Amino acid sequence: MSSPLIFKSVAELSAMLAAKSISASELMQAFVARTTAVEGRVHAFNSRDEVGALGLAAASDARRAAGQARGPLDGIPIGFKDVIAVEGQPLTASSKMLANFISPYDATVTTKLKAAGAIPWGRLNLDEFAMGSSTENSAFGATANPWDLTRVPGGSSGGSAAAVAAGEMPGALGSDTGGSIRQPAAFCGLVGLKPTYGLVSRYGLAAFASSLDQIGTLTRTVGDAAQLLQVVAGHDSRDSTSLSTVIPDYSAALQKKSRPWRIGVPKEFFGLGLDAEIGAAVQQALAFYRSAGAEITEVSLPLTAEYAIAVYYLIATAEASSNLARYDGIRYGHRTHSATDAISIYAQSRAEGFGEEVKRRIILGTHVLSSGYYDAYYLRAQKVRTLIRGEFMRVFQDCDVLLSPTTPTAAFKLGEKSSDPLAMYLNDIYTIGVNLAGLPGISLPCGFTTGGLPIGLQIIGQPFGEAEMLTIAHTYEQGHSWHTKYPNL
Amino acid sequence: MNSSAEINIEYVARLARLALTATEQAKLSQQLGDILHYVDKLKQVEVAGIEPMAHGSPVFNVWAADVVVAGLSVEEALRNAPEQRADSIVVPKVVE
Repeated sequence: MSSPLIFKSVAELSAMLAAKSISASELMQAFVARTTAVEGRVHAFNSRDEVGALGLAAASDARRAAGQARGPLDGIPIGFKDVIAVEGQPLTASSKMLANFISPYDATVTTKLKAAGAIPWGRLNLDEFAMGSSTENSAFGATANPWDLTRVPGGSSGGSAAAVAAGEMPGALGSDTGGSIRQPAAFCGLVGLKPTYGLVSRYGLAAFASSLDQIGTLTRTVGDAAQLLQVVAGHDSRDSTSLSTVIPDYSAALQKKSRPWRIGVPKEFFGLGLDAEIGAAVQQALAFYRSAGAEITEVSLPLTAEYAIAVYYLIATAEASSNLARYDGIRYGHRTHSATDAISIYAQSRAEGFGEEVKRRIILGTHVLSSGYYDAYYLRAQKVRTLIRGEFMRVFQDCDVLLSPTTPTAAFKLGEKSSDPLAMYLNDIYTIGVNLAGLPGISLPCGFTTGGLPIGLQIIGQPFGEAEMLTIAHTYEQGHSWHTKYPNL
Repeated sequence: MNSSAEINIEYVARLARLALTATEQAKLSQQLGDILHYVDKLKQVEVAGIEPMAHGSPVFNVWAADVVVAGLSVEEALRNAPEQRADSIVVPKVVE
């Protein structure tokens, strides 16, 4: 392939580094230069440490020269959503609350990526504390979609998606609580992988909704997603929700095709509100799989389609109100200067530190957990969640994966939905069930609208079925060239 | 049972330790009223005898070995404190 350096995949760059046709320092310099050139228009970064990154690139070159390269990620710059800790670097969660916070330690995913030789490159913008679907809820300004600067990149991992799409780095980590990796991947023409709940440690991730949050990747190709997942997956005693499970060789699995796949198509995900061009692109993907020998069956997820969003916004806000109670202005984070007693310090620091969407969710979450409402809202939502997971597991008795659009529409305009929270929430309709059921999901490019905006295809896997899900995604990617397109910036 | 589409913002804001202006309270009342009205549809689902699901994977009672491991130094732990003195975080007087 002959795409420009800054738009090459991790695998291509890795091969160039191994062949010594480029050095890690030259590669890092290219991404620094690109970032400097486009950041004024894209605003994907909250902060970046160019000197530190170039230093790590030089160290990578020294390892390689000594014959001690650490593997395929050695010398590859990887971005971090600004909620994942990198020791000594800022972690703001795009909130005034943490504007001056410096991480005292590495997240487990950071430790693993550093050990593999990857270079942490930049702190990437998001909706404040990952609450949103557009990256407009950032205390430090919105991020633009590199395909159309008047549109949102999606969210909440919008900075991660925009940075990769704009050629500022070849891959980034994000977090996905209700679609926050897959939706921005769809909006920006990338591959977005949300692993099974429990596959990747969340130690060092600023918590939003702990029963739903999962760290994942944004990359140009499915192969790159497999490569990064290989490094970050696995049990971690510092995250008690991470599971002990055998981690397969995901990259090797991409080459296998064990039997004709059984692909389920949830009929409710093609209903009202789905943009016609997106529906057509997904139908073409289905036709591709059918011609590749897959067995396609229509399935039904009626409870998910009708109730997942309501369940999600009760559970996610309840957990957020509890998780964000730690930001009280005492031990770390913003402390008000206009209060003198303890209670007013809490209330005023939080008033000054949190933005509008975060306040809205804290209030809603506190309400649904409060005495007299807990059973009617939170407990009932948890019970419906059980039914939703059961609905998915029943469908998976006859299917290997499910296939659907990632989003009902392509990227919307900046400001278009920011005044109507409920309309913004409804945009997550196809992605949210995956988080409620704890499943893995991936979004990959499957076309463009006539307006030139990327379209995302979502594949949903069985619990810990990443290898099969990635293989099925990879097969589509091999038969198409959408992933080789890049925006004209 | 409480009428669920209502929310006493002032009371909830006090529980949440979150100071809200009158304008914020009015705006939130309306927006959260809409959202609560929307989630009311969960009342249509029959949940008798269904166990609540607390998180995304069926794992319970995870134990860690009871061994001492190194943590952050005092200096590192206090680096992000808004105000500190003598290896401590400075807070307002809470006991009269």
